[in-house]
Amino acid sequence: MDNLIALLVAAPLLGAAVLLTGGRRLDKAGHWLGTLLAAVSFVIGLVLFADMLGKSADDRTLHQTLYTWIPVEGFQADIAFQLDQLSMTFVLLITGVGTLIHVYSIGYMEHDERRRRFFGYLNLFVAAMLLLVLADNYLLLYFGWEGVGLASYLLIGFWQHKPSAATAAKKAFLVNRVGDMGLSIAIMLMFTTFGTFAFGPVLDAAAGGDASEGKLTAVALMLLLAACGKSAQVPLQSWLGDAMEGPTPVSALIHAATMVTAGVYLIVRSADIFNAAPDAQLVVTVVGAVTLLFGAIVGCAKDDIKKALAGSTMSQIGYMVLAAGLGPIGYAFAIMHLVTHGFFKAGLFLGAGSVMHGMNDEVDMRKYGGLRKYMPVTFVTFGLGYLAIIGFPGLSGFFSKDKIIEAAFAKGGTEGWILGACALLGAAITAYYMTRVMIMTFFGEKRWQPAPDPDKAASVEPGADAHPGELPHPHESPKSMTLPMILLAVGSVGAGAFFEYAGFVEWLEPVTGFEHGHSPLSAAAVTTATVVVMLLGVGVAYLQYGRRPVPAVAPRGSLLTRAARRDLLQDDFNHVVFVRGGTHLTRSLVYVDHSLVDGVVNGTAASVGGLSGRLRKLQNGYARSYAVSMFGGTAVLIAATLLMRAV
Amino acid sequence: MNPVNYLYLAALLFTIGATGVLIRRNAIVLFMCVELMLNACNLAFVAFSRMHGNLDGQVIAFFTMVVAAAEVVVGLAIIVSVFRARHSASVDDASLMKL
Amino acid sequence: MSFPLLTVTAAVPAVGAVLTAAVPAARRTAAKWLALLVSLATLVLAAVVFARFEPGGDRYQLTESHAWIKDFGVRYELGVDGIGVALIGLTALLIPFIVLAGWHDADPLETQSKRWRPTQGFFALILMVEAMVILSFEATDVFLFYILFEAMLIPMYFLIGGFGDRAHSGTDENAAAQRSYAAVKFLLYNLAGGLIMLAAVIGLYVVAGNFSLTEIAEARANGQLDMATSTERWLFLGFFFAFAVKAPLWPLHTWLPNAMGEATAPVAVLITAVVDKVGTFAMLRFCLGLFPEASKWATPAIIVLALISIVYGALLAVGQRDIKRLVAYASISHFGFIIMGIFAMTSQGQSGATLYMVNHGISTAALMLVAGFLISRRGSRLIADYGGVQKAAPVLAGTFLIGGLATLSLPGLAPFVSEFLVLVGTFARYPVAGIVATTGIVLAALYVLVLYQRTMTGPAKEETRNMPDLRARELVVVAPLIAVLILLGVYPQPLTDVVNPAVRHTMSDVQQKDPSPEVEAAK
Repeated sequence: MDNLIALLVAAPLLGAAVLLTGGRRLDKAGHWLGTLLAAVSFVIGLVLFADMLGKSADDRTLHQTLYTWIPVEGFQADIAFQLDQLSMTFVLLITGVGTLIHVYSIGYMEHDERRRRFFGYLNLFVAAMLLLVLADNYLLLYFGWEGVGLASYLLIGFWQHKPSAATAAKKAFLVNRVGDMGLSIAIMLMFTTFGTFAFGPVLDAAAGGDASEGKLTAVALMLLLAACGKSAQVPLQSWLGDAMEGPTPVSALIHAATMVTAGVYLIVRSADIFNAAPDAQLVVTVVGAVTLLFGAIVGCAKDDIKKALAGSTMSQIGYMVLAAGLGPIGYAFAIMHLVTHGFFKAGLFLGAGSVMHGMNDEVDMRKYGGLRKYMPVTFVTFGLGYLAIIGFPGLSGFFSKDKIIEAAFAKGGTEGWILGACALLGAAITAYYMTRVMIMTFFGEKRWQPAPDPDKAASVEPGADAHPGELPHPHESPKSMTLPMILLAVGSVGAGAFFEYAGFVEWLEPVTGFEHGHSPLSAAAVTTATVVVMLLGVGVAYLQYGRRPVPAVAPRGSLLTRAARRDLLQDDFNHVVFVRGGTHLTRSLVYVDHSLVDGVVNGTAASVGGLSGRLRKLQNGYARSYAVSMFGGTAVLIAATLLMRAV
Repeated sequence: MNPVNYLYLAALLFTIGATGVLIRRNAIVLFMCVELMLNACNLAFVAFSRMHGNLDGQVIAFFTMVVAAAEVVVGLAIIVSVFRARHSASVDDASLMKL
Repeated sequence: MSFPLLTVTAAVPAVGAVLTAAVPAARRTAAKWLALLVSLATLVLAAVVFARFEPGGDRYQLTESHAWIKDFGVRYELGVDGIGVALIGLTALLIPFIVLAGWHDADPLETQSKRWRPTQGFFALILMVEAMVILSFEATDVFLFYILFEAMLIPMYFLIGGFGDRAHSGTDENAAAQRSYAAVKFLLYNLAGGLIMLAAVIGLYVVAGNFSLTEIAEARANGQLDMATSTERWLFLGFFFAFAVKAPLWPLHTWLPNAMGEATAPVAVLITAVVDKVGTFAMLRFCLGLFPEASKWATPAIIVLALISIVYGALLAVGQRDIKRLVAYASISHFGFIIMGIFAMTSQGQSGATLYMVNHGISTAALMLVAGFLISRRGSRLIADYGGVQKAAPVLAGTFLIGGLATLSLPGLAPFVSEFLVLVGTFARYPVAGIVATTGIVLAALYVLVLYQRTMTGPAKEETRNMPDLRARELVVVAPLIAVLILLGVYPQPLTDVVNPAVRHTMSDVQQKDPSPEVEAAK
């Protein structure tokens, strides 16, 4: 069984290699091959899962060591995998949702001439993501970490001819690199503290209290920085909104269900380190709480359906990070919310893609309206995802989110009250903005606009059969697209209850540990409060958007709305401080290099030249002056000789 | 007579010759001044020979005369050809050898 | 007497250079094929050296020693350690690709006569440089090394000054002036460094009485040869200055952007990927081997200079408008990493630095050669003249991206392994320096991705719309380099096996032990 682990990664990797180097011959069959290999990986994952279930809870971890990656004196990095319950959960999520999205993409990317390459990138992503969650040491995790970053870069910028897509891709990679700095420093700190960076020894040593708390806090904060980059948490969240430039299946798979949750995986995986560093844990909860509000507020103001969903993703991952920061009372719920979120958010994105597919790739929700009659399947699946995310009782989001809010209160003390209140407030805002999306898209008047003219065609996703000047003809998407949406909707509905009653927490307990929190509020009170604020949010949104017609042009809005439309001015801050400041810095350095560093050299050269020009004048051609210098020289020599003799 | 006086005379002649070389422009005069310096040296050599009581100085004086004769031949030839080309015996006119 | 493998490895390209130069003017193509064959033969010989080298054996292997100038104790002494083997391999690997990439760079223009001979000269000079570089990696006699160190300037001078990039802005005379400025700057800079080194070489002879690296190092280790502290420091500085110019280390770097900008792309690769490595190699072998105490004394200052190189080079790369100058500044940043790794005085740092030399050579070659192909298509070196190339030439864009990703040290490609080792090795001893250096990985991403975005993405421009994709010859150049980058990125063991023992020897030269981890130390 151990040997199957490498195959999990190898199958999609093979797909990526073949599809990216195979050339045009594979254009016809490339998408089938890519989907097949993702499915193969899923099947292997299921086999391993069945095997794991057959073992006792303490004996479920599998190891496979392939070879030594970097063997250097005192520094040993292996290509080695570790499959435990936590990794298994991720493997099934990644390959399962991944396969569905491969299937969806067959239809979605049908008209794109570069579809083969798209599937190659998708396979590359799946391979790298599996490497990330299967690695048994931090350096190999880093390998996967950067690998998914690369795949994300390539897929965000898939339509490279659009300058906005190319810029968004670059931005995502750069912001992630800032986080990667954190991960490298964390690994270096582990190496100097523990002499290794394999999970087992490092986590054991951290749990055993061998290292000082200061060191562990430093490691934990650096890991948090990395998680902030990858999971779009404040202050490194700015790339996620722009990343929506990528094709919608990419947004669903990478920027909603899997890659952006890698930060949560990192924190939960390093649970022992965080448990030993309470200060760092507090910072984690603060980051989570701030982000869950930040993302929710941004989500309320966006008119672009994908950007509204991106804000929501940010906010939901904020919940997970908050839960992960709570320690053993929250780890399992963070992962549970991660999985349920993977289902409903992927479903919502695929629904959004389906809507765009039928609406000439229009993304502005103000130009939708009344679509429920034209796209019934999309409407129903999207609606179920909607109910799941707002935490409608009985659906999956209800179970996972409710637990996190409860755990936040259970942290205890003033912190617990503040965090719990933030989480409740976030739940209300979530209900508000999701209802807004729902109403603006599927209910109300038709506010459709003619397709954009071909001059602006560069901003239209290829594959759209747009006829300029005509109103869109919304239609239901093909089977290959609706099937994944239906399956994901089933997951959105049932996953929560299934996890709740099948014992998800017990399943993860051997890896993450678990403690029951002691909440100052009773579980029933928290649940009631959650449902009440949810209904409140839905009600406000209904009053604002359901009872009144939606204006086709966005009203100016309050100061907060305008700020939220601009991602709460974070981009403006980045632009002023880093982009403009950096540009000035590099320009002035270019000047310094040219005129100062090189100037010294060129100055030396010039002064040598000038000196020789002056010396040249002594050579005037008059025999007399030469004779004078001869006589003078002789006289000096004689004088010197006499003087030496005298001394 | 004190042989040192010959040395004074030689120094005087050498100085006159050197001054001539430095201040005159006519190539012929310059040449004569060079000869004067050479002969001043010869005088010094002979005087030293006498003072030290050996013949080395006199031998060198003869050598100098031979070399001076050869120099005169070459030098005069150059001066004549320069005069033919430039119709002048001034050394300042022949100042083309410079950078 | 055993077969003089090392001499033959260096002699083959030298003889090949003479033969190539002697090919008649009309048989231009024959000269190219001859040069390619000779470089491939050298590659085979280098592979034999690699195979014959035993990682667990003596420090210097395949040694040869003959008397040369008896009066001064100069000997023709050769021997390789793991570091030398790795760098000989790099040199021999890159030259065939450089020859192939420069296939048409020295062809006569239509205005020139068909009897124009420099085509032969171009390839002969490249082979000559190869011979000298290989021999300098083999030399264990300080004087022999010095001679080669200086002599390789001559062919490089002609390669830079005589065969400029045909893509230039402005008039031909202007370009010629720029080129000769770059060539003279290169020569003067390196000569100045070399002269100071000569003084130090003579000083070393006065103190030690011979030039043999092995003998001097042994005598120093036994305590037979005592050097006054100040003498050792002066001699160290003399050597280090020359190597820092060649490497190049901030603030002695300004010749590199000029030289790389004006030379053709293959020659630029020759400069930065091959010739400059002699500088960093010599720091490891001569500075650390001969003057261990002085090296430790100078370490803090050198680490600071290396850090400045890393950050400064990267920032300047961001600000460049010329593709080739951008790569040059990126190289300065990378040389900062190499030097930092060498002087961090940890096993990881020095192994990393050695791997870095090899990996930087390959990654820069990949990026620069593809950039050269790009430039030759459009006739401009300015980034602003490009845009949307990936639409017309996806393979070119893809290989360019991979070269760029290697430059920014993406895991999975070779440079990541070395860069991370250097960072870890530095961090273990100098945490602050290690942290500052990690900003280099963000800045590297910035200059690479900005370059890629501006040249390859966006709407296609008029001039780039019909740009042809990579031709077969160009693909043959790029594909193997990329394959090596991936191979060494996921499986660097063949290289680390030969490098590790050499690093162990160097570490014992400087009598340093790796700092032990905190937790183990506590136990």
